[in-house]
Amino acid sequence: MPRYIVSRLGLAVVMAILATLVIFLIANTVPGDPALSQLGDLAASNPEFLKAFRAKWALDEPLWTRYFIFLKELAHGDLGISIASQRPVLDDIKNYAPATIELATVGFLLSAIIGVPLGVIAAVRRDSWIDHVARFLSLIGVSSPTFWLAFIVLAIFYGELQIAPGPGRLDPIAFAPTNVTGLFLIDSILAGDWDTFRDALAHLILPSTVLAAATLGLITRTTRASVLECMHQDYVRVARAKGLTEGKIVMRHILPNALIPVVTLGGLAYANLLAGAVMTETIFSWPGLGRYTFRSAAALDFPAIMGITLVVAVTYLIINLLVDISYALLDPRVIR
Amino acid sequence: MQDLTRISSAETATAQDGAAILDVRDLRTYFYTDEGVVRAVDGISYSVPPGETLGIVGESGSGKTVAALSLMRLIDDPARIVGGEINFDGRDVVKLSDEELRKIRGGGIAMVFQDPMTSLNPVLNIARQLVETMVVHGRLTEEQALERAIKLLGRMGITAPERAVDSYPHQFSGGMRQRVMLAMGFSNEPQLLIADEPTTALDVTIQAQILELIVELNRDFKTAIVLISHNLGVIASVCSRVVVMYAGEIVEEGPTEKILADPRHPYTWALINAVPRIDRHVPGQRRLVTIDGTPPDPLNMPAGCRFAARCPFRIEKCEQHPELLEIAPGRKSRCWVTQAGGDLPPPETSRGAPAEAKARPDVHHGSETVIKRGERMLELRNVVKHFPLPKTTLFGKQKWVHAINGVSLDIAQGETVGLVGESGCGKSTLARVIARIHEPTAGSVLFHGQDIAHASQAQVRPLRRRMQMVFQDPYASLNPRMTVGDILGEPLRFHEVTHNEKETRERIAELLDVVGLPQKAAARYPHEFSGGQRQRISIARALSVRPDFIIADEPISALDVNIQAQIINLMIDLQERFGLTYLFIAHDLAVVRHISDRVVVLYLGSVMEIAPADTLFAEPLHPYTRYLISAVPIPDATVEAARQRLPLQGEPPSTVDPPSGCPFRTRCPIAQGICAEVMPPVAEVRPNHFVACHFPGQF
Repeated sequence: MPRYIVSRLGLAVVMAILATLVIFLIANTVPGDPALSQLGDLAASNPEFLKAFRAKWALDEPLWTRYFIFLKELAHGDLGISIASQRPVLDDIKNYAPATIELATVGFLLSAIIGVPLGVIAAVRRDSWIDHVARFLSLIGVSSPTFWLAFIVLAIFYGELQIAPGPGRLDPIAFAPTNVTGLFLIDSILAGDWDTFRDALAHLILPSTVLAAATLGLITRTTRASVLECMHQDYVRVARAKGLTEGKIVMRHILPNALIPVVTLGGLAYANLLAGAVMTETIFSWPGLGRYTFRSAAALDFPAIMGITLVVAVTYLIINLLVDISYALLDPRVIR
Repeated sequence: MQDLTRISSAETATAQDGAAILDVRDLRTYFYTDEGVVRAVDGISYSVPPGETLGIVGESGSGKTVAALSLMRLIDDPARIVGGEINFDGRDVVKLSDEELRKIRGGGIAMVFQDPMTSLNPVLNIARQLVETMVVHGRLTEEQALERAIKLLGRMGITAPERAVDSYPHQFSGGMRQRVMLAMGFSNEPQLLIADEPTTALDVTIQAQILELIVELNRDFKTAIVLISHNLGVIASVCSRVVVMYAGEIVEEGPTEKILADPRHPYTWALINAVPRIDRHVPGQRRLVTIDGTPPDPLNMPAGCRFAARCPFRIEKCEQHPELLEIAPGRKSRCWVTQAGGDLPPPETSRGAPAEAKARPDVHHGSETVIKRGERMLELRNVVKHFPLPKTTLFGKQKWVHAINGVSLDIAQGETVGLVGESGCGKSTLARVIARIHEPTAGSVLFHGQDIAHASQAQVRPLRRRMQMVFQDPYASLNPRMTVGDILGEPLRFHEVTHNEKETRERIAELLDVVGLPQKAAARYPHEFSGGQRQRISIARALSVRPDFIIADEPISALDVNIQAQIINLMIDLQERFGLTYLFIAHDLAVVRHISDRVVVLYLGSVMEIAPADTLFAEPLHPYTRYLISAVPIPDATVEAARQRLPLQGEPPSTVDPPSGCPFRTRCPIAQGICAEVMPPVAEVRPNHFVACHFPGQF
């Protein structure tokens, strides 16, 4: 087991280095001149300005030199200065990431905690009313566009019924808890501030539900299909022939086998939520990475774009690593 | 000393003075499908006294497995038990509540299934799977159950059971897994064990070990056994009584030795005669007895006798449905002919009785072999094939599978060479090296004098016309999206055998005719055909380009015995008609003996013995060959009872790390120091009889 983890970890590091190269190349070969888009028409018409700007950001150096500058800075934890915000990219990301992590994690947990049991029940009670309800919910979740769903739930639960709080992470008059992790739920618990905890939780309900909807559908359907497949395996018949109760057969014999594809999907879905909540964050005024990504892209803010892409790549690698490790825990055949 | 493989010290459970432990009355299990009702089990009755061994025989689709699953109500939708009683230990299983049923499952009745590779849960360790079986029935605590699990594994012949319980199923071979399944089955000392084709997925030597174990367990635990098999030899070596099923009904029932010696139902008669016998070979008689047609459409059963359409003995009365009646003490048959006292004659082709044949030496067949050996068609010289294993770590040492380790073999024009050995011995790899699907690691492959070992694809392509393959699985080897006409036409067009569409169509029609399929088959898709018909299509495809050499890799092992016999007959006919040369790969030694002129025995990628078929089976000189032949069960209860079986222990070593010297030495009873040092060369010990052994014939 330790050997397996070390070898997976080694692979992840190699992948991360390759990712930096790809990120750098893509960011530097897309058409579009950051100098022109940053300086504005008036300043850009002045060649002196243009030249000085390029020299300042090393835009006049050859590609490889710039890559090594990038790597060197990276090794010092320096992702460069955002052209748009004029602040270190790392600080920007540190600022925005916790909001996204909190939202994505709550959304993911929501979809997993509901989706897996729902999928199992739908498979075990196939063609019963609960199976049909699960199918209907999944269909709605997967097929509703996020922006539409986000507006609808905001309009109904905040606008019309007024039972949910509006956009943002906290009420406008509330203060954020003392920053420890940046995750308001955890920070408020650490501070013992239960009012803030309740407020943060309430603000999470709508956006995380919107975020969970599509993932919930996927997880439910995958779990159902996977459980159905496992139910017809020979070892399940053997378990039944042993005289085990149906509950034990499902929990001990079917579920561990059925979860293997669900874990793969869950890992990808979680990474997707972390990286791709642009729409939801924008509509719910969520100060997260999604919004930062959108702004940086619009401004061709290359240091920021590269920083974000790197964070996303590393996120995927870490989640992949976790998925690999959970494979090994679920299935003894993985470690040979 | 306390015997921990037993739970109860007194044998009160089974002592019921001859009253049947299982009594099935008019059991009916139907499948409610969209097309209609399939009466898979259509009113069967039998009983099993305590401690008895009952065999249930039938071909696929006869309802034998559904009948077995019904005994514990293990059938799923759309199947349902619609009638009858299953009296077990005085209670009707059909009427039990779910809770009561659970107590019987795994408690009073245990079941061992066909495929040990899929019957164990891959993510749970052996201990857990054994322990839960015992704990759920509340007779032992976890600790006691674990202790007993270890003892049971030891009893089932698993070495180092205290370590084995911590293993996961994938770390075990098929034979070991079936031992685990048996340990599981016996863990609660059931009164009845149902074994559904328990050895079908195993090699013949492992099969012999498992059957031996079942017989011992029946004796020691006094557990009654219902053994389901399509293999009459397996039934003969274990069961005292046998029930024959056809189209959902029991057609014959009686003591095993009587039924095998003197079948009283034409279906049983056909089953017995379709199987070649390893202990007998009638010179000159190559065609096997087959019956025409296929089992009746389960959606549309005939009103009269269900076998009548295929029966060579049918009379007018067969339009009425016969009952299962006693025709002799302890014997029942569902046949108008035998019920009226009629006899079923010995099959036509076996005139010139076996006894006569035995008395005659096998000169005839042997000399035929020599005449046939004309021009050398294929010459293998020191062929080696090693496969790299995927590396588990980045800087680890590269490991190799030693699939073929220096095989030399000649095949002459017009002969049939049988290739036998256990799974993993390299049979299929060798076939693929010859067909140049794989490139050999070393050595030469001369086909019609041309070395194709390392030839380019372009150089090999013209030779492909002369060398074709027939594969094992007739379901996987035909493209489901191509019509039969396209399947047969593709090689014709590719190799430019035909030059226009008209010629191609004519050739396809001719091919279908040759393999005995109707002309209209060309427009249909593979899924519309049965397994036997598909194998005919595979053979037609191989023949399409007029090859002179055909490699048949287990061509009949996925088929029922009657279909097997039909395909063997077809292959024999085609050989005579077109002068074909066959390399026939099979694990069924009786079939290999029947069809082959010469037989090659392979073990761990090396040749152990090569000899004319009759010589090899009559006087095997290599210890491994002797073990192999001895492991084959013979469908004759009297012969089985008199036979002294040689028990080959253990399993073949790993091909990744093969033993030094002779590969068989680790299991050989006569191995000596030299065997570990020097690989014995394949030497011609007697004329035409080659053996790779330092001590040939001394075992």
